Amino acid sequence: MTDTSDLANRIVSAMQAEQSQTDAAGHGINAEEWDRLVTRLGRCPNLVELGIYSVMWSEHCSYKSSRRHLSKFPTKNARVIQGPGENAGVIDIGDGQAAIFKMESHNHPSYIEPYQGAATGVGGILRDVFTMGARPIALVNALRFGDPSHPKTRSLVAGVVAGIGGYGNCVGVPTVAGETQFDEGYNGNILVNAMAVGLADQDKIFYARGATPGNQIFYVGSKTGRDGIHGATMASAEFSEGDEEKRPTVQVGDPFTEKLLIEACLELMATDAIQAIQDMGAAGLTSSSVEMADKGGIGIEMDLDKVPQRETGMTAYEIMLSESQERMLMVLKPGKEDLAKAIFEKYDLDAEVIGMTTDTGHMVLKQFGEVVCDIPVAPLAEDAPNYDRPWVEPKARAPLDLSKYPEPEDYGEVLLKLMSSPDMASKRWIWEQYDRHVMGDTVDSSQSMGDAAIVRIHGTNKALAICSDCNPHYVAADPFEGGKAVVAEAYRNLSSVGATPIAITDNLNFGNPEKPATMGYIVKAIEGMAEACRTLDFPVVSGNVSLYNETDGKAIPPTPVVGGVGLIEDVSKVATLKGAQPGDVLILIGETRGHLGASLYAREWLGLKGEELGPPPPVDLATEVKNAAFVHKLIEDGLVNAVHDVSDGGIACAAADMALTSGIGVFLHGDQILSKGEDPALYSEVWHLFAEDCGRFVVSVSDAETVLDAAEASDVFVACVGNVEVGAEAKITFWNDGDEELLALPVDTLREAHEGWLPRYMKGEN
Amino acid sequence: MKSAVIVFPGSNCDRDAQTALTEVMGTPPAMVWHKDGNLPDDVDLVVVPGGFSYGDYLRCGAMAANSPVIEGLRRHADRGGYVLGVCNGFQVLTETQLLPGALLRNAGLDFVCRPQALRIESSNSAFTSAYGDRKEITIPIAHHDGNFVADEDTLDRLEGEGRVAFRYSGNPNGSARDIAGIVSENGRVLGMMPHPERAIGGHEGGADGRGMFESLLSAI
Repeated sequence: MTDTSDLANRIVSAMQAEQSQTDAAGHGINAEEWDRLVTRLGRCPNLVELGIYSVMWSEHCSYKSSRRHLSKFPTKNARVIQGPGENAGVIDIGDGQAAIFKMESHNHPSYIEPYQGAATGVGGILRDVFTMGARPIALVNALRFGDPSHPKTRSLVAGVVAGIGGYGNCVGVPTVAGETQFDEGYNGNILVNAMAVGLADQDKIFYARGATPGNQIFYVGSKTGRDGIHGATMASAEFSEGDEEKRPTVQVGDPFTEKLLIEACLELMATDAIQAIQDMGAAGLTSSSVEMADKGGIGIEMDLDKVPQRETGMTAYEIMLSESQERMLMVLKPGKEDLAKAIFEKYDLDAEVIGMTTDTGHMVLKQFGEVVCDIPVAPLAEDAPNYDRPWVEPKARAPLDLSKYPEPEDYGEVLLKLMSSPDMASKRWIWEQYDRHVMGDTVDSSQSMGDAAIVRIHGTNKALAICSDCNPHYVAADPFEGGKAVVAEAYRNLSSVGATPIAITDNLNFGNPEKPATMGYIVKAIEGMAEACRTLDFPVVSGNVSLYNETDGKAIPPTPVVGGVGLIEDVSKVATLKGAQPGDVLILIGETRGHLGASLYAREWLGLKGEELGPPPPVDLATEVKNAAFVHKLIEDGLVNAVHDVSDGGIACAAADMALTSGIGVFLHGDQILSKGEDPALYSEVWHLFAEDCGRFVVSVSDAETVLDAAEASDVFVACVGNVEVGAEAKITFWNDGDEELLALPVDTLREAHEGWLPRYMKGEN
Repeated sequence: MKSAVIVFPGSNCDRDAQTALTEVMGTPPAMVWHKDGNLPDDVDLVVVPGGFSYGDYLRCGAMAANSPVIEGLRRHADRGGYVLGVCNGFQVLTETQLLPGALLRNAGLDFVCRPQALRIESSNSAFTSAYGDRKEITIPIAHHDGNFVADEDTLDRLEGEGRVAFRYSGNPNGSARDIAGIVSENGRVLGMMPHPERAIGGHEGGADGRGMFESLLSAI
């Protein structure tokens, strides 16, 4: 038996021990940051204080490398209620309601332990949303894995997908959309980005700000354990008996507790009991308490002995840095303790008063009756480093010269190869493992391969459109234009289901910002995205930055993912990929100039890589706005049977998607696509079919005349590119302008290749 | 027509059931928290909803089957009341032995969510009369443990007594004899893995689930 009082004494003295610059370096605090810390504190920190500084000034919490650049994003429009800075962004969707959403990464944990890493990523992003008073209504995920042939890829896919499903399915929030790509650049560093969207009443939104002195601090949810603690390993072995193995740094999720926490918090939020609330995410109790104190301009005093703990002998350092999941911190209004406790007891959740807010501006922590931390709150948040990292402008690539490569002999083979390539192949194997229908409001999900999911706003005739997008090949080729393209594609995807795009959340995944070349990509991608956000009136309302995604000194492809949200005022007026009718005319909206740089065709068919891929298509934002508005109007007027945006793989792949989803045959012809003034000599069948010029859509319409007239009236470039076939065997055919049949592919053959790749891969058959 | 929906910790289709009952039957059900013990008097139909009661951390439905509210559910079933158990609710009904058999992990081992074609095996039951001559409907499934098993005698008895309510067209989970749903001896307790409450129209689940609630409305 250990003498508990002796244990307490030993813990307290270790906690209070003065730390040196060397100790700080072990916590990732550099010399300059150490000087800043000591100057502000007027003394050296003790162990607990150093731990708190190290996490609050970490890249993850302080955005110290990206902050000055993130400020370039527009964050407001007429519908934004809350932009970046709170747990999630909030937009006005009318009728007194708000949509609350955010995307966040769980990249490193998912690589180490794919199931739990991905599961807790879902749990964390859900908490960001319901912390603000929203009932989560949709989940989205954006996944990037290494090359399929890499030995770890298959097991990572299986683990991540099972983890996302395991958490989301149990919590009962539908996973409605997502994207999955493969590239050798992610071999040692996969990306798992999860987005949650919630729904709240505008008069019931809760913030981290607003706490006043003299109120109780309430701890709710799971007990605190030693999981997730990183930084210095701390001499915890000294304090425990027996073999104290190092705990894994990946947290373990408990979706059942999360479900209870959602219900309990929403029940408490329906009363008038909460003054401020913050979930315990990264850096757990530290960041949640510091953020509430800082935003309220107050102090905080906590008795760590009152924190529900999973094991004995935990130190103040461990309690403050633990990243145990499914925990919330809230400041209650006076006299509400019993009400809150009764609600949490109903759900069998731990709920304890662990401290009080104060007017001292200090964070004071006690353990075993002794003060183990006493530091001013403001410097933790406000004095966090804000670096202007040196960066170099990425080199512009030479244009892709297509004439160097032979034209394909068999266009059917090309289409088959593109549509069954890892990035384009059906992800049914993934999304069938996600409950897409719980909550009963999913109008359209991954199931229909559409551009954006449609989720009805419960009990109304309105809906939200939700999508996630990033083409890292474009960003790698030209971060500025690529950054614009990421935002523009989200805008286009929301528009193509009939939604009005409102705002985005972003998840910026890059390598080491201390390398000027990588920093150059970060800066230029942000600037490109910001320009698109401004012109499209499509601001950033929340987001996350994930840096240091590197293995053996090699950065991942620059991957700034965007999650878009749009509003549909009348859910009966939407369009999807389904619904193309025999006899329909396929109309291309938007101009084709033949850009094949960084395209799917160049990557998958020509097999080009890196520099030789050339630059991505430029984005004309004014045209994006005009064309999207035109498509929106066509949908509203009921003139289209199906809509698809044209992106990877050009018109051919867009038409193939439509054929697969609608179960129809498509005839494409090679005339009438050239814009006025373009040189006919530049035309080629390859670019007709596979060019990825931005700002384009394919619509399937019964009444072509009306649509063509409307386009002329709106000064939108349109061209008839084909028909939906009437007939028994569904095929995709293409005749060039000399009436030569270059492509004739049965839809069943295409379907087999498109649907077959991923299941076969997961079985180890290819 | 009075209905109630039992809510266990971890239930997550309780609201879907509430919406379906309200929309199709015209009156909202009573939502009964599992700890509250008793079901409302004179309730005609009790829905045991889908979800992950108690996280499914033990055998699916096993802990819920020992919850205080189950005694009331048994009394309701014993006096001939109607019970509909969907997905996790079906698992709870087998765990309470109000229905025979058990539901194991899907044969493919993965969670599976897809539109599922079902054959209606008896069109004159209280749960299916509104489907009339229709032999096949499509209703979404979403489960990890839907693989129905029972010994051969039990399966033969279920078949012989006409108690197989639905069969899968294209078995998604390895269930014995493609069984998707079964009823009790008196035909008033139905357990099924597919989600009719997610197929009441206006969403991706389609509208083929409405018939079940319409059937119940006319039976009660």
